Amino acid sequence: MKRLSGFAIFAAVCLLLPVIFPDNYYVTVVGLTIFVNITLAVSLNLLMGYAGQISLGHAAFFGLGAYSSAILTIKYGLNPWLAMIFGAALVLCLSYVLSRPILRLKGHYLAMATLGLGIIVHIFFVQADELTGGPDGISGLPTLSLFGVPIDSDIKWYFVLCSYMLLSVLFSLNIADSRAGRALSAVHGSEIAAQMMGIDTAKVKSYIFVFSALMATIAGSLFAHQQDFVSPESFSFFFSIELVTMVVLGGLGSTFGAVMGAFILSILPEVLIVFEDFEVLIFGLILMVIMIFLPEGLFVSLKNRAAIMLSKRESGS
Amino acid sequence: MDQLLQFLISGLTVGSIYALVALGFSIIYNASDVVNFAQGEFVMIGAMSAIFLMKAGLSYPLAALLAIAITAGVGLALEKFAIEPAKNATVVSTIIITIGASIFLRGAALLIWGKEIYGLPPFTSNNPIKIGNATILPQNLWVMLGTAVTVLAVKYFFDRTKMGKAILACSYNKKAAYLVGINVKKMLLVAYGLSAALGAAAGLLVTPITFMSYGAGVMLGLKGFCAAILGGMGNSMGAVLGGILLGIVETVGAGFISSGYKDAIAFFVILLVLFIKPSGILGKGEAERV
Repeated sequence: MKRLSGFAIFAAVCLLLPVIFPDNYYVTVVGLTIFVNITLAVSLNLLMGYAGQISLGHAAFFGLGAYSSAILTIKYGLNPWLAMIFGAALVLCLSYVLSRPILRLKGHYLAMATLGLGIIVHIFFVQADELTGGPDGISGLPTLSLFGVPIDSDIKWYFVLCSYMLLSVLFSLNIADSRAGRALSAVHGSEIAAQMMGIDTAKVKSYIFVFSALMATIAGSLFAHQQDFVSPESFSFFFSIELVTMVVLGGLGSTFGAVMGAFILSILPEVLIVFEDFEVLIFGLILMVIMIFLPEGLFVSLKNRAAIMLSKRESGS
Repeated sequence: MDQLLQFLISGLTVGSIYALVALGFSIIYNASDVVNFAQGEFVMIGAMSAIFLMKAGLSYPLAALLAIAITAGVGLALEKFAIEPAKNATVVSTIIITIGASIFLRGAALLIWGKEIYGLPPFTSNNPIKIGNATILPQNLWVMLGTAVTVLAVKYFFDRTKMGKAILACSYNKKAAYLVGINVKKMLLVAYGLSAALGAAAGLLVTPITFMSYGAGVMLGLKGFCAAILGGMGNSMGAVLGGILLGIVETVGAGFISSGYKDAIAFFVILLVLFIKPSGILGKGEAERV
């Protein structure tokens, strides 16, 4: 079980925090945003970090989940869980159909296609106002309840979002160490070499694309219920870029890197609130500086440095 | 019919702007294999600098020239401080670096110029000219003329001058260019400066029609990228053609379908092109080296 000991510690810390600090704003309010962002970053990392396929439109899937839940529960009176499943099914079909033509593309072309997809979905949210409420969005989602218990307080949401986040982290860690994960990293290394080894690269890439989209969709549904409100602003091109930044900041291809990146970027606006106008500038600077000087990301380079120090100490003694 | 003519006029105007942005994209892409996501910010910086230089009391032509120079300076700085240090970066890394640069420049513009929307006066009188039942503003003509002159000048630069040819040589093979005595580093700087200047020119031409604010460069940049792909990435004249085509398709589509979906139409066209012929309309199919 040594492989998952890091995860166990992480899970314990997350679950104990609200017990130790039950009324802390950073735990029970900011914490919820952090969990949603971590889930999204981890799902994007499956695609970008493991399979090496850039996506500049991940917010679209997050948004599709949120809007499916909002529209189906409010306009059609569907049970929230059923609405969530419908949303997931919709994204499953959509992402599967799109995955093959999109993932055939590489580099800039892939960036353009995912970006275009994200923007089209965002414009749809803004323009189809009869369905989506236009720029104002939709509010007043019904309360989600789990086993008869309504999830109606920040602390309850904390445990729901935390559990979903932990599940996605666990899933991501397990995938990395599975046959599929090794196939993915082979695709990342060299697609042609992977094909030569008998890996059906198109299939592997399209599966991970669908998985990653599904994780984001369900996060979107939960987010919509937790916020009690959806509007196009939360799912814009800029949010897609923010998600990419989270993954890159922590370190492409590392699950805990994505966790760390999402944590830092979610807490940053809270800390930077004093220099509100500088937020955009600092954001861009972080993205550039990390990519130029620490292309492997913060978490990965810290980990490597720690490993080097440990090995030095061992050889010294 | 008149309506179509009117859409064609607006489409050609927007398309000219996309063409200039796309030309900037393809110059940088040719010289350094980087897709510069900050290209749209050059447009914004060019226009905003001119607006504020004029506010400071400079005459229109002087402000415009100075604005182009400032933007070219920003382009040089981008190459020097963001692209050059990341020499061995992968495609994904360079995309992220230039996205970072675009956010950074937008943040800087927000700090310097604030969130307000500004305009520039038209170059000459603003009396609409009637063609049948369609009207055309003098500024529309200025945009088309300005674009045509700029594109021809760029073409001349790459076809006829030594420096233009040296940049082209770098785009074919950097090592070989270096071996025949071309200063590759300098040529990269020139390419970024030139591309930024083109962006600024686009900003100056379009602002009297559409206004400008610190965030307006994003969409223009993305559309320029669309146009560059439409014309075949790295093909300069293809990029120009792609820009004009994109402008017309978008305006006609928006006119007949819905203006709210204008941007969606452009990206939809690009997705179709990418799915069917990723090398663009004028691009050649490329083989991957293993």
